[in-house]
Amino acid sequence: MQIALFIIFGLLAVAGALNLLFQRHPINSALSLVVVMMSLAVLYWSLGAEFLAAAQVIVYAGAIMVLFIFVVMLLNAGEEDRTHGSKIAYIAGIPGAAAIVCLLSYVFLSNRQQLGTTQLGGYLSSSVSNISEISHTLFTSLLLPFEVTSILILVAILGAVVLARKEL
Amino acid sequence: MVPIAYYLVLAAILFAIGIAAFLIKRNVITIFMSIELMLNAVNLTFVAFSHMWHQVSGQIFVFFVMVVAAAEAAVGLAIIIALFRVRQTLDVDHINLMKD
Repeated sequence: MQIALFIIFGLLAVAGALNLLFQRHPINSALSLVVVMMSLAVLYWSLGAEFLAAAQVIVYAGAIMVLFIFVVMLLNAGEEDRTHGSKIAYIAGIPGAAAIVCLLSYVFLSNRQQLGTTQLGGYLSSSVSNISEISHTLFTSLLLPFEVTSILILVAILGAVVLARKEL
Repeated sequence: MVPIAYYLVLAAILFAIGIAAFLIKRNVITIFMSIELMLNAVNLTFVAFSHMWHQVSGQIFVFFVMVVAAAEAAVGLAIIIALFRVRQTLDVDHINLMKD
């Protein structure tokens, strides 16, 4: 059951990421990135992180990608043209990325016995749910970082408003 | 029963595709999207290791990464809008004011 879920949504995520790479138009890339984020939400859920699956759909696929598509439409971004610089990037980028995949896959697969396997439906042995466990940790021992991130969001809002003003 | 290693390999593949897209794409918005793809790949590793160690610390880290990514997207897209107002292009090959 879980291996089927993993294979379906893992392949969907990889296909979406490759589509992002090969599409020329930014709006197609943005929509394939939504596919990647939705399949990652399912994978989070299968790893027992229900809160993060919901947050992934709401924050990433909802808020951030809407912002991206909004900017693509606002700036009327068209198809990108292939230039000399991108040919050099093809020669250097594809082998480099393949080397990173090979190295990381070798390390992970050679240690797969120590890494163990997953079990569906979460891993917390007691009766507490994932969300209550996260919120308990977040609002007790990690309260200060949580409040600092709210200040970070406030600064980011102010920065976005200042940067996007007409007279800069 | 999926080995944790498979999730990590999937995250590595997504991260590498993000690197390749970052290097190959010429549109500044798409380059920004490939950064988001790399952040998502790292988030998947965090969740997988959080599952492996039976702790929620990794999931809380992912929560903070999401918050920072949202702030980064807002500021970055505002910079892209300001850049487009000045240069009238989104192609990174034409944004070379500091190069020459």
